[in-house]
Amino acid sequence: MTQKLVVIGAGMASGRMLEHLLNADPKAYEITLFNAEPRGNYNRLMLSPVLSGEKTYAEIVTHDEDWYAEHGITCRFGEKVLAIDPAQKVVRGEKGDVAYDKLVIATGSNPFMIPLPGHDLAGVIPYRDLEDTEAMMALGDRPGTKAVVIGGGLLGLEAAAGMAARGVDVTVVHIMGHLMERQLDEAAGYLLRKSLVEKGIKVLCQANSKEILDDGTGHVKALRLEDGTELPCDLLVMAVGIRPNMALAEATGLTCNRGVIVDDHMVTSDPDILALGECVEHDGALFGLVAPLYDQAKVLAQTLLRQEARFVNKEVSTKLKVTGCDLFSAGDFADGEGREDIVFRDPARGVYKRLVLEGDRLIGAVMYGDTADGAWFYSHIKDGSDVSEMRDTLIFGPAYQGGASADPLSAVAALPDDAEICGCNGVCKGDIVSAIHDGATDLGALRACTKASASCGTCTGLVEQVLAVTLGDDYAAPTAQPICGCCDLTHEDVRRLIKSQELKSQAAVWQELGWKTPNGCHVCRPAVNFYLLADWPVEYQDDPQSRFVNERKHANIQKDGTFSVVPRMWGGMTTPDELRAIADAAEKYNVPTVHVTGGQRIDLLGVRGEDLPHIWADLNKAGMVSGHAYAKGLRTVKTCVGKDHCRFGTQDSTGLGIKLEKRLWGSWSPHKVKLAVSGCPRNCAEATCKDIGVVCVDSGYQIGVAGAAGMDVKETERLADVATEEEALDLATAFMQLYRENAKYLDRPYKWVAKVGLDWVKARVVDDLTERQRLVDAFELSQTIYRKDPWAKEVEEKSASYAPLADLTLEAAE
Amino acid sequence: MSWIDIGHIDEVPLRGARLLKTPMGCIAVFRTAEAEVFAASNSCPHKGGPLSEGIVHGQSVTCPLHNWVFDLNTGEAQGADEGRIETYPLRLDGSRMLIDASALAGQNAA
Ligand code: SRM
Ligand SMILES: Cc1cc2nc3c(=O)[nH]c(=O)nc-3n(C[C@H](O)[C@H](O)[C@H](O)COP(=O)(O)OP(=O)(O)OC[C@H]3O[C@@H](n4cnc5c(N)ncnc54)[C@H](O)[C@@H]3O)c2cc1C
Ligand code: SF4
Ligand code: FES
Repeated sequence: MTQKLVVIGAGMASGRMLEHLLNADPKAYEITLFNAEPRGNYNRLMLSPVLSGEKTYAEIVTHDEDWYAEHGITCRFGEKVLAIDPAQKVVRGEKGDVAYDKLVIATGSNPFMIPLPGHDLAGVIPYRDLEDTEAMMALGDRPGTKAVVIGGGLLGLEAAAGMAARGVDVTVVHIMGHLMERQLDEAAGYLLRKSLVEKGIKVLCQANSKEILDDGTGHVKALRLEDGTELPCDLLVMAVGIRPNMALAEATGLTCNRGVIVDDHMVTSDPDILALGECVEHDGALFGLVAPLYDQAKVLAQTLLRQEARFVNKEVSTKLKVTGCDLFSAGDFADGEGREDIVFRDPARGVYKRLVLEGDRLIGAVMYGDTADGAWFYSHIKDGSDVSEMRDTLIFGPAYQGGASADPLSAVAALPDDAEICGCNGVCKGDIVSAIHDGATDLGALRACTKASASCGTCTGLVEQVLAVTLGDDYAAPTAQPICGCCDLTHEDVRRLIKSQELKSQAAVWQELGWKTPNGCHVCRPAVNFYLLADWPVEYQDDPQSRFVNERKHANIQKDGTFSVVPRMWGGMTTPDELRAIADAAEKYNVPTVHVTGGQRIDLLGVRGEDLPHIWADLNKAGMVSGHAYAKGLRTVKTCVGKDHCRFGTQDSTGLGIKLEKRLWGSWSPHKVKLAVSGCPRNCAEATCKDIGVVCVDSGYQIGVAGAAGMDVKETERLADVATEEEALDLATAFMQLYRENAKYLDRPYKWVAKVGLDWVKARVVDDLTERQRLVDAFELSQTIYRKDPWAKEVEEKSASYAPLADLTLEAAE
Repeated sequence: MSWIDIGHIDEVPLRGARLLKTPMGCIAVFRTAEAEVFAASNSCPHKGGPLSEGIVHGQSVTCPLHNWVFDLNTGEAQGADEGRIETYPLRLDGSRMLIDASALAGQNAA
């Protein structure tokens, strides 16, 4: 007698399973198929092309009425199964019971809805089925509509791109630092974001949703973020993840954990009930992509036919179905011993590839822009094949394996004369070669006469290779030092390109300037962090993790790992109250050493890391702020007592010193900056060996710059003589800003001025009044963000991070 | 192995580190990427620099005192410098970080 099979859920997994079963033995079972959705099986993956208009619903139906009829399947579509009685072996549907011999649960998963206030308003939907897709499509029919998508993963982005293709104004709100963080690393996430932005989609990362607002009729009006931003919308799509739909199985008493537990044969804890698809948990793993579900479908069909088969969970790969966003990711990037990265970037084509190797095996791959080799890498990951033989050329893909040379020079030598080298200026190889024969034998000369690599600069490496190939042994590699091993460009080139290409994030710099490491190193990252914040003070957010510990912790690290704390004493002035507060703090935190520094203030040395937020809070309370004794930024402004007390004083040197310090403090610069103001040419504040030094005279102020008294000792050079304090302040500010905008990281002003020449500086800071004003304004704009006491912020926001993460001393003692 | 939950991954700043107190002293927990963490000795074999205060890049950390660089997979010093730091089994379960307590008890953290 044929047995009765009941299947709950007509989704992708059960659909594939039925095909296998009916192919192998059409007579084995009498089948009843329940589906909560009022339709049979369709290709859920292809909802996105339906949404974007590239396909119609009819095209994505996998099993139509005829198919079910032909195979004698009793369809109960639009009917939910309410309960299962495993003792009686009966399934209870909304419209009546059905008995079974074998039961298959294939209920898929439920989209997770974040329980934000307002999540149950009309117009707040997930992205899971045809109804959701139709709601989004309807939006495109009305002009001027807006949508917000919460979630920058695969589903969220497909929803966003689909709606944008229909003319909807879409904003994606993502909580993590970059898009699709589970499949992509930062670099690929950056490129993806760039492509989406080019499609007119707004992307907000690190954005925390707070509340969904009601328009007064119970319909969504806007999304409010934690920072107060309101994003108006007619539809809000939540695509933040899925949860296995196991309520029915749980109520039946089947063993469940995060999903319905199945064994290798896809059998649940009840031998007559099987399960597959996104609702199951197998060996600790959950599922969200179809490839493994198809393997499960095959195994489950075989189990139903009493054939031996076991499900093995293999690596999966992901592609995003958004036209114009070519990405591929497969395998594993998470922690592990002995892993290595191979990174390849081609900024001009917007290509990024990264391979992760463990020993001799490829275990992960991420690609953006050129994913042609994805399948090839994926097969190596899945097979776990030994790739050590082709390690050096692996990243170039299958085309490079087996003989073909990967030497870049021979590739350049092989280029025809009309091959374009510099895309910006349309310079081809022949032009460069003839310029070289005419005597332009270095990069600078070539740039000057052909313009090759003179604009965006990304072809610099290629131009150098043409030089090398053409000149042979006569070619002297450029002497300019690259920033570090992570990149071939010099500091100056990086600065220039950050400005000209408007690179506003670290990820943008790594990709567009061809970094060879995932995120730089301790040499280049602090420099890049500074360049970005100096050029884009408003757009770029300072990254503490790219700073040396002293700047990250706002204190100087000592050789024993303790720290020193130096509060600011404006212009070297202090009061009995401040001195008392310092003395109290020193006692309270057992500070072993109190030293008067060479910069006219007091240093508390030997403070324990964990005490830092507390000692700062105490000093803050007494009105003191950080002295930035650790910063590549303004340190001290030394002053003498000046005309208030001294019989020779000509101007208020202390007052001007305090004004200068109050204007310049908090700003970051390429290296530290120290100032001094002396009240007369006797120069008791040692102003003539500072980065900026002012000597007061009867007629006004003599402003000197580019002095030094550290490893080199050098007298300042006269920038200008001015009559008023206001002018002195403006000149100092403009000089500081010019230095911030142009100097190489870790060049003190005297080194930088030696390179550009004092006349170049004077022309901008002294003579050109418009430029002087621009510099002052640019500095002030930056100061609206950085003229703040870092201690106060740290105490308020990050105190906890100064303490250990956890204390295991107690647990282990048990 | 006995895995102990030591916290949520977001408690460690991206490309940063936090300290973990253990019976044999402090060890450092590094977060090198969105979902990638390592545990290793906090003490530099050169002159004892606190590695949790260093700059984290790729899967390496640079000591804040004299710039020795250590690979967090192997614990080996890179380049010309010679030395090694102890590494400890640490894994992620979703967003939770779990450390193998048996490995901590077995050896002495420097
Ligand atoms: C605290 C202080 C010494 C003191 O107790 O007086 C000091 C201490 C340090 N100086 Fe200095 N310098 C101090 C005044 C000076 C001065 C004198 C001055 O400011 O009038 C100079 C010469 C002027 C100058 O800056 O060129 C000075 C020239 C240096 C240099 C050489 C800079 C150069 O470009 O040649 C370094 C190394 C560096 O910055 O790369 C340095 C570096 C250092 C560091 C930060 C070394 C380090 O990286 O750890 C020292 C930190 C000690 C600690 O453990 O906290 N220190 N240092 C002084 C703090 C002044 C303040 O109130 O902020
Ligand atoms: C828009 C979109 C795009 C996607 N893109 C991709 C992709 O590119 N690549 C990829 O690999 N994966 C993709 N996926 C995921 C993929 O679609 C799922 O992994 C797959 O559909 C899961 O199959 P399933 O059979 O387990 O569940 P489903 O296909 O969800 O089927 C479950 C069915 O069970 C029904 N059901 C639930 N409870 C009951 C009940 N009590 N009674 C009766 N019926 C019930 C539901 O109505 C549903 O129809 C995408 C998913 C979506 C939504
Ligand atoms: S001179 Fe400066 S850097 Fe040298 S030991 Fe003294 S404080 Fe340290
Ligand atoms: S103590 Fe770490 S490098 Fe010196």
